[in-house]
Amino acid sequence: MQSAKIVVKNLYKVFGGKSSDVMRMLKSGAHKDEIFKQTGSVVGVNDVSFSVQEGEIFVLMGLSGSGKSTLIRLINRLMDPTDGQIILDGQDITKFNYKQLVELRRRDMSMVFQSFALMPHRSVLDNAAFGLEIAGVDRKTREARGMEVLEQVGLAPFAHKYPHELSGGMQQRVGLVRALAVNPSLMLMDEAFSALDPLKRSEMQDILLKLQREQRRTIFFVSHDLEEALRIGTRIAIMEGGRLVQVGTPQEIIENPADDYVRNFFKSVDTSRYLQAKDLIEVNHAPHAGRPGLHVPPSCSLPDVLQQLLGQTEPLQVRDDQGQCLGLITPSSVLSKISQHRLQSTATH
Amino acid sequence: MADISTQDMLPIGDWVNKIIHFMLDHNAGAFDAIGNTIDWFATMVEFLLLGIPPLVMGAIFACVGFWRLGWKFALFVCAALGLIWATGFWGQTIATLALTLSATCVSLLLGVPVGIWCARNKLVGMLVRPVLDFMQTMPAFVYLIPAAMFFGLGRVPGILATVVFAVPPAVRLTSLGIRMVNKEQVEAGHAFGCTSWQLLFKVQLPIALPSIMAGVNQTIMMALSMVIIASMVGAGGLGNDVLASIQRLDVGLGFESGLAVVLLAIILDRITESFGHTPTTRAAEQGS
Ligand SMILES: Nc1ncnc2c1ncn2[C@@H]1O[C@H](COP(=O)(O)OP(=O)(O)O)[C@@H](O)[C@H]1O
Ligand SMILES: [Mg+2]
Repeated sequence: MQSAKIVVKNLYKVFGGKSSDVMRMLKSGAHKDEIFKQTGSVVGVNDVSFSVQEGEIFVLMGLSGSGKSTLIRLINRLMDPTDGQIILDGQDITKFNYKQLVELRRRDMSMVFQSFALMPHRSVLDNAAFGLEIAGVDRKTREARGMEVLEQVGLAPFAHKYPHELSGGMQQRVGLVRALAVNPSLMLMDEAFSALDPLKRSEMQDILLKLQREQRRTIFFVSHDLEEALRIGTRIAIMEGGRLVQVGTPQEIIENPADDYVRNFFKSVDTSRYLQAKDLIEVNHAPHAGRPGLHVPPSCSLPDVLQQLLGQTEPLQVRDDQGQCLGLITPSSVLSKISQHRLQSTATH
Repeated sequence: MADISTQDMLPIGDWVNKIIHFMLDHNAGAFDAIGNTIDWFATMVEFLLLGIPPLVMGAIFACVGFWRLGWKFALFVCAALGLIWATGFWGQTIATLALTLSATCVSLLLGVPVGIWCARNKLVGMLVRPVLDFMQTMPAFVYLIPAAMFFGLGRVPGILATVVFAVPPAVRLTSLGIRMVNKEQVEAGHAFGCTSWQLLFKVQLPIALPSIMAGVNQTIMMALSMVIIASMVGAGGLGNDVLASIQRLDVGLGFESGLAVVLLAIILDRITESFGHTPTTRAAEQGS
């Protein structure tokens, strides 16, 4: 059983005054547009509840202005919530005082920013060691640690350069190193790769996944790019107008989008690429146990399934960890699933 | 028809006079203490600068010029200082330099902290702004007189009047520099657990440094121009010669002393300006 790293309960953030009036209106069901018209206050986050499991990459998606940056900043208290609870490792951090907060940010969490937000007057190494310096770690230790993490992302040769001498992708690698150097148990990333071109972006995603394989951390990742979310996300949450509309694994969201807003995200994405063996099972065939033959795990990707299926006459079995057969994959079941997804993504154009 | 313009409907002038006299009568001790401190400081600075032989002083300026701006500027520095020396204004120029530096030190000591305060507190910023406008646009002669009333004639009222004139750019550009720090850079500071002081000294001030240095540059230039005017209350330096040339209608003297002011101004301006452009900030300004 996995344990929850973050539990968020009924979280609200209201910008502008009259927050108690606004809260009353929200709780009696008023819409945020109505509230803005009457009070001039903006509801940034509206009754959001979810939990993030230890060690997962939790991706928060949504259109611009849906409240993603606000939500991520509530989690490290760069903004103070208007109402609700944020429970991190069992402690409600909305009740923390200034001193506890500084301590928490130094010890448990770090952040990567869309604009990189490096310090231009500091060398790459001094940027990498920034968090440790703030926490009062001595120069030798923090520089050793900074170098170690710079090496992990291939930036060691640039340690004594300045940020403006590096390309955007390299600058964000420094941003990532700065966040990793403090060895946080939680990393917050606000559109961390959005400012990069597509090639650099996928390179950064690879680096992140590689680092995650080496040492598992909990990552709260904000993105507006569905491809990115599907690629790196253990689970995805979708936000609209300050509310969460759906939370689930990539497959769950592809298979069962909650509404048109969610469906619209898939418009330009060929979702068939993200199908897994368990999504391809022939519904008309009853699974029969104990037969020999080729088998794949439920999370096997579509290309791998196709490779296995090629030149086979027998259907492919999907077996779970215990060897239990969950169902069969046939060429026709694969084809019908793929065409279904293609139709879905072109129909919404 | 009654002459309205001479009729004082709102006697602000009277009030100001009363306030000044009240302060003179009741706070003389405080003014003496401030005056003595500043006088001591300015005397020290002038004593030190005059103690350096002209050749050594010239070499120091030329070296700094070479370091910051290259050999062409170093050459210009040598020529300019040589000219000042040859026209016989060396001592006066150094006295003016000493006054300018003293006034600049006091201005920065006041201006930078106030600028930081303005950037961090909206209300303070709002209140300070009109005061700065007042200080900068009020004709300089107007506050030379009360300064002389409080502190007598000499260097002290000259320096204080100069400070009034030279503080605003230090405040403004410090405040601007801090407010211009990117929002995410400030957030990064907070996100990694900066305390308020750490944020100021490790994030805001270093990133604002080019702007603050521009403020220092402007403060020095304004101080230099005001120090000349301050000779009217007996501050000394090149201003005395400028004043004498006006009184005697001696155009030649006026030109020579004025030229010394201009050359000193160019040297100070270029050197202090160069400190606003370190290699890292220059590239950042070009938007790398
Ligand atoms: N400091 C603020 N003051 C007032 N409104 C804000 C503030 N920050 C964000 N908002 C508003 O809150 C909403 C959500 O913004 P944001 O969290 O930045 O969205 P996203 O990151 O998803 O683009 C927007 O309508 C935005 O205008
Ligand atoms: Mg955002």
